[in-house]
Amino acid sequence: MDSPERGIRLADYEAVVGSAVLDELRVVASRVEGLRLQNINSTAVGGGVAEILTRMVPLLKELGVQASWDVIKGDQRFFDVTKALHNAMHGKAETITPQMIECYRDTTAANLRNMTFGGDVVWIHDPQPAGLIEAKKNGGKWVWRCHIDVSSPDARAWQFIAPFVDRYDASIFSMPDFAQRLSIPQFMVAPSIDPLSDKNRELDQGFIDSVLEKYGLDPERPVMTQISRFDRLKDPLGVIAAYRMVRKRHDCQLVLAGGDAPDDPEGAEVLKEVREAAGDDPDIHVLPLPPYSDLEINALVRGSTVVFQKSVKEGFGLTVSEALWKRKPVIGGAVGGIRLQIIHGVTGYLVHSPAGAAQRAMQLLGDPALRKRMGDSGYMHVKQNFLLTRHVKDYMLVLLALDHPGEDIVHLC
Amino acid sequence: MNYEPFHFHTERRLVELTGRTARTLAELRAAVGEISGACIFYHTHHLFLSHHFETPLVYNDFADWTGEALQEGALSEKLAAIDLMSFTSIRDLREAIMATIDEHLASSRGRPRECPPGDEFYFCKSKSFIMATGVVALDVADFFRKLAGVTNLSLYFHFLEARLRLERRTNDFSHWMRGRGETALADDIDSLDPYIVTLDELKQQILESGRAHGFA
Repeated sequence: MDSPERGIRLADYEAVVGSAVLDELRVVASRVEGLRLQNINSTAVGGGVAEILTRMVPLLKELGVQASWDVIKGDQRFFDVTKALHNAMHGKAETITPQMIECYRDTTAANLRNMTFGGDVVWIHDPQPAGLIEAKKNGGKWVWRCHIDVSSPDARAWQFIAPFVDRYDASIFSMPDFAQRLSIPQFMVAPSIDPLSDKNRELDQGFIDSVLEKYGLDPERPVMTQISRFDRLKDPLGVIAAYRMVRKRHDCQLVLAGGDAPDDPEGAEVLKEVREAAGDDPDIHVLPLPPYSDLEINALVRGSTVVFQKSVKEGFGLTVSEALWKRKPVIGGAVGGIRLQIIHGVTGYLVHSPAGAAQRAMQLLGDPALRKRMGDSGYMHVKQNFLLTRHVKDYMLVLLALDHPGEDIVHLC
Repeated sequence: MNYEPFHFHTERRLVELTGRTARTLAELRAAVGEISGACIFYHTHHLFLSHHFETPLVYNDFADWTGEALQEGALSEKLAAIDLMSFTSIRDLREAIMATIDEHLASSRGRPRECPPGDEFYFCKSKSFIMATGVVALDVADFFRKLAGVTNLSLYFHFLEARLRLERRTNDFSHWMRGRGETALADDIDSLDPYIVTLDELKQQILESGRAHGFA
């Protein structure tokens, strides 16, 4: 199936979100029109931030914001340092040595010399370019957008980053749990999914059936699916345990699909454990999918009856919104951003154990009307809260907020 | 008699994080006494806009958290039962929340409960941007024609935000209609409880009130 993603324009979203949402975007945009917004991150391709900016920058431009996007440069050593820093901000124990800090400062200094900072607002994404705040003396408002889970950061890593962050005009986090003790305003902007991307757009039933057939799934029997990396934090073994409990009562199939991450030794190890746990059960389909499998992932979710995201720790877990958008009830671990996306008993169920997941799956498999009701509610919940158009609006509101510090109610009439 | 047209406004809301958290009821109580009015308003109202397609079991975050995270079921029910319609200022609402928690603390025995790690209460607040929509009703009949097309955000602003957070004591629609001499209609609309229906349902109820008074 050909990808129609390129050349997507704002008007294309009208069919999905309605004209009122686009009108609302234009109303807000009229207040920030002409503003120069310079985004800076650490990579042009790969990863969630680049994916968001690829879609966000053209839409902001179409709305009249002079949005641009620059990428810092660094050698392998720098990115090893920032990867360790990133992991430590996530709470993983990492050793941050003085040499690593020196490398970070040297690379930041080189970027400060080589880059041009010309925005009315400079929007810095994540810790890698955070040190560029040194250029704030040249003017403009500076915003630090943190895309990662910093609910329990390694203290030393946070102590290194916090002095930079405190010099910004504002910061943005994805969840209330990620808020920090800072002297600057902290806004919450949840991430989003793009309803027109290959991973989320509508598909022909024929294509969905062909993908199910390709992977040996029977479309006539219920399919339970978890889409995620093979990572212990996503609890794939817990999902298999839940499936085995469900199988005692319901005929069903299980799909565990995600990137096989060949360069990640732990990922390969977990995949091996998952395959061992699946054993020779022909109804458990372990599918390590190659990169660029978005259309197939879309089809697998659309062909599913129930979707799991049984994580035991999660940053935001947008796979939940991706499934809800396809009107699938989701059974998710009661952790991180999953708790914002699953309204317990309304768009799915929050669970704490394989037994809980199994019990809810049985309830859903046995009640088509409940699945339909939850699926419809999930679709509405995502439509109102987790689509790219809301994300764009929130970013423009942050731009507005920078001119009204300390005001809880801003009259723009 | 006031013959000013009605200008529909709308609200865009940004969530601001305070960085303040609570793990126990005592910490929640202390914070409720100190946080801004914008914080109190956020935690008692944000769910109206988050998923107005479904009436949540509990709108009030304080009730939800004390029930779920602290397992204080009785207190949760009392907090949920605080009638938001009976308040026309955040100050009074704050007092009611504090009094409810104080009463519970005074009567409870045993070791205070602490929430599980990760289930802390995170205090947020609304930063609201009020803008004109450009939609203007010239008279009451025109108002009901235009109302059908306004967004839920506009309805939320004029019915909930204006009444409580801006302390106008009534909703903007009723206030304007009284000025137009439509006192009975204004009273009917003022008696609608926006806290027990979705915003879509509220709009239908307002339109029905208009029809009952001859404004189809």
